[in-house]
Amino acid sequence: MSEKITKIILFIASFIIVIISAGMVLSLMSGAAPAFKEFGFKFIISTEWNPTEGKEQYGALQFIAGTIITSIIAIIICLPLAFSTSLFIGEYFRGTKLAKIIGTMVDMLAGIPSIVYGLWGFYVLRPLIVDLGFNAQGFGIITAGIILAIMIIPYATSISTEIIKMVSNELKEAAYSLGATQKDVIMAVVIPEARSGIFTSYILAFGRAIGETMAVTMLIGNTNIIPKSIFDTGNTMASVIANQFGEADGLKLSSLIAIGLILFVITGLINGLGKIMIKQFN
Amino acid sequence: MERVIKDKIFKGFVILFAFITISPIIMIIYKLVIKGYRQININFFMQNAPDTYEAMIALNAGKIIPGGILNGITGTLFMVIIASTIAIPIGLLIGVFLYENKNKFYANIVRDITDILQGVPSIVLGLIAYFWVVKSITNGFSALAGSVALAIMMMPLIIRSTEETLKMIPETIKEAGFALGVPYHKIILRILIPTSFSGLLTGSLLAISRIIGETAPLMLTALGSSIVNLNIEKPTSAVPLLIWEFYNDPNMVDLVWSSSLFLMGFVLFLNILSKSLNGECRM
Amino acid sequence: MKDLIIKIENPVLDIKNLSISYNKGKYAVTNVNAGVKKNSVTAIMGPSGCGKSTLLRAINRMHELYPNIEVKGKIFLNNNDIFLMSSIEIRRKIGMVFQRPNPFPTMSIYDNVIAGYKLNGIRLKKNKKDEIVEKSLKDVVLWNEVKNSLKKKGTFLSGGQQQRLCIARALAFKPDVILLDEPTSALDPIATKKVEQLLIKLKENYTILLVTHNMSQAARMSDYSMFMYLGELVEYGKTKKLFINPVDKRTEEYLTGKFS
Ligand SMILES: Nc1ncnc2c1ncn2[C@@H]1O[C@H](COP(=O)(O)OP(=O)(O)O)[C@@H](O)[C@H]1O
Ligand SMILES: [Mg+2]
Repeated sequence: MSEKITKIILFIASFIIVIISAGMVLSLMSGAAPAFKEFGFKFIISTEWNPTEGKEQYGALQFIAGTIITSIIAIIICLPLAFSTSLFIGEYFRGTKLAKIIGTMVDMLAGIPSIVYGLWGFYVLRPLIVDLGFNAQGFGIITAGIILAIMIIPYATSISTEIIKMVSNELKEAAYSLGATQKDVIMAVVIPEARSGIFTSYILAFGRAIGETMAVTMLIGNTNIIPKSIFDTGNTMASVIANQFGEADGLKLSSLIAIGLILFVITGLINGLGKIMIKQFN
Repeated sequence: MERVIKDKIFKGFVILFAFITISPIIMIIYKLVIKGYRQININFFMQNAPDTYEAMIALNAGKIIPGGILNGITGTLFMVIIASTIAIPIGLLIGVFLYENKNKFYANIVRDITDILQGVPSIVLGLIAYFWVVKSITNGFSALAGSVALAIMMMPLIIRSTEETLKMIPETIKEAGFALGVPYHKIILRILIPTSFSGLLTGSLLAISRIIGETAPLMLTALGSSIVNLNIEKPTSAVPLLIWEFYNDPNMVDLVWSSSLFLMGFVLFLNILSKSLNGECRM
Repeated sequence: MKDLIIKIENPVLDIKNLSISYNKGKYAVTNVNAGVKKNSVTAIMGPSGCGKSTLLRAINRMHELYPNIEVKGKIFLNNNDIFLMSSIEIRRKIGMVFQRPNPFPTMSIYDNVIAGYKLNGIRLKKNKKDEIVEKSLKDVVLWNEVKNSLKKKGTFLSGGQQQRLCIARALAFKPDVILLDEPTSALDPIATKKVEQLLIKLKENYTILLVTHNMSQAARMSDYSMFMYLGELVEYGKTKKLFINPVDKRTEEYLTGKFS
């Protein structure tokens, strides 16, 4: 009897998370419905963002573009850094105190709140961008991309490190016994063995970059255009919601929610993909 | 030999890049400490944030800006406590459910949903809490709305850490309980949860450290408040919300450093605390 | 006493006063002196943990992969001090085969055979590569079994075939000496027999140093045998003599199965 009740309670609890998720999808869809009804598919491919009453026109393409471009820049910067750091911790200095210290510092990067990254980006990174002459104000896609890179490095690093550590010692020894240097072993054994796992870690890190809000909002310049170069300003899906939500109602609010829905779908797809890949890897 | 040199160069780059990777953490901590520590005194914890007028007067007189972040600290604690009260019990139960049902079809779906929920950007959770609470329950921005957004963020973290922690308990301990005829719910409450208590505590503390610095969802839900508020139906401040306000107010911008230092210190403290707890239980 | 350790004339390998410790002061190999005869199979026996692998790995300097290990003494390959050469060079001249077959799982059979060249960044013409692959696989009597599936991954092969592939991989560089650390302990009896026959055939062109904890294997196929105990080289001689007429008490006890 008690067993049955316990099982029912556990089942009901598990159902809560199903309801929350289904409810999220439904709420986002019903909130986004007016925008999609008004603009249809054009909402996704239009770059018009005009809140003037009577001539209201909303499209999300520039935000989708801004999100993807900043995230790609972030991943490109993150790649060599996170990969080197995982080699440092998982291969070159494996098991040493130094590796542990570096590992802890990387973990600390994950603990810094987004808004603090934003501040640091604003007061330290942005002036640097100005000094380098990339852009007069220092705001823009590149500034946001660099900060995003720093923010996602811990995610990419921790997974890659685990996977690099899993590469079998026997294979590495086989390569050494053939006269390989450590670099050869990394190139010919460690990377091919860990390839799919490392790739997965970057997919998951990419998923993170796409949804980051505060730091990006503070650095991207918040203009509703498709960036023509990486030194242009722009907006991401997350940053436009954060920026414009306060003053939004009616069709504009619905459009922001529609952007939230698109963001939800994209991150869901990317994380789902990452999860499938991790399953295959185990 | 050329290959040996290449090997050395490669290693050199790996080391260089690893140090570049960790340099931001050093630079960020340095900046926050240097610019923020002076502002942190007893008033910092005892007084509400100043208004822009007070700050301007102090600025013009060349004095330290008065006031503290009491309204933010209380707001953060208030919302974290409510969010934990919602998320920890439910998350624990779901974690136990997943542990008990391992690879059953429905359990796998629940696990997948949990993982996807964990990847949902926090700003989207803000939108959801806006709909569910601000629009429907409290009819306005409120501490409850902020707490709900934070609770949805916490829940997947609690679920997965509970499941992982329970998995580490040897099956024999559970069987010993069954062999003594202990009822099922008592096995969960008296054996599983106590045995893995420090692991569960670690998971909860880590989850809290994750949500404590969240800003975006709170902008859409709790909004902010210039005074201490402990009414769940009223708008409430939080430390990250205060940082955002300071950042946007030219008179108060000097305050961002001390409050950021405090926030980051708190997050790191929770991190270290939870990890050291976990270390103890393993030993 | 001089009967205990045989003196080899013109050894390929000459180990002099070799001692190895993993942690300071605690020796896994103590003061080993031994020469290895060219074009012969020399077996190293002894109970598990006596230092066989440690000794073997020092010979192509694999021990350098462990950070705290300490090696005293000298090893000569054709009268050249191996510790004065580069580790890369020495490992090409002294090949190694491991306990468990470990072909590179991401490489094809073909690529596994010439992995040594690839890893060392040596570029070869296609026909030269083909030649080496065919020769090495023929040497290990694997060619007929795999010649139609050279592009397949090496991990699809059976355990015995994989181990022969690993031997081919070690042969591709034409090393002077091949070190094998219990190469058949993960194989079934039939695969074991094939590998043993192969090694006997290979000694025509190579010098083989074989670690085994299987006495009958040593008796079956080696020309010379070493017996190690607690890090010490207790006895070393012609296999026939050592098995029929051991000098040291410990060797005798080991051979009669008193420990192991
Ligand atoms: N990587 C290592 N670190 C520390 N001690 C080791 C290591 N490998 C082996 N040893 C120790 O060295 C001794 C000899 O080991 P080994 O050479 O592997 O013996 P065998 O191959 O004869 O079984 C053993 O006491 C073993 O515990
Ligand atoms: Mg051994």
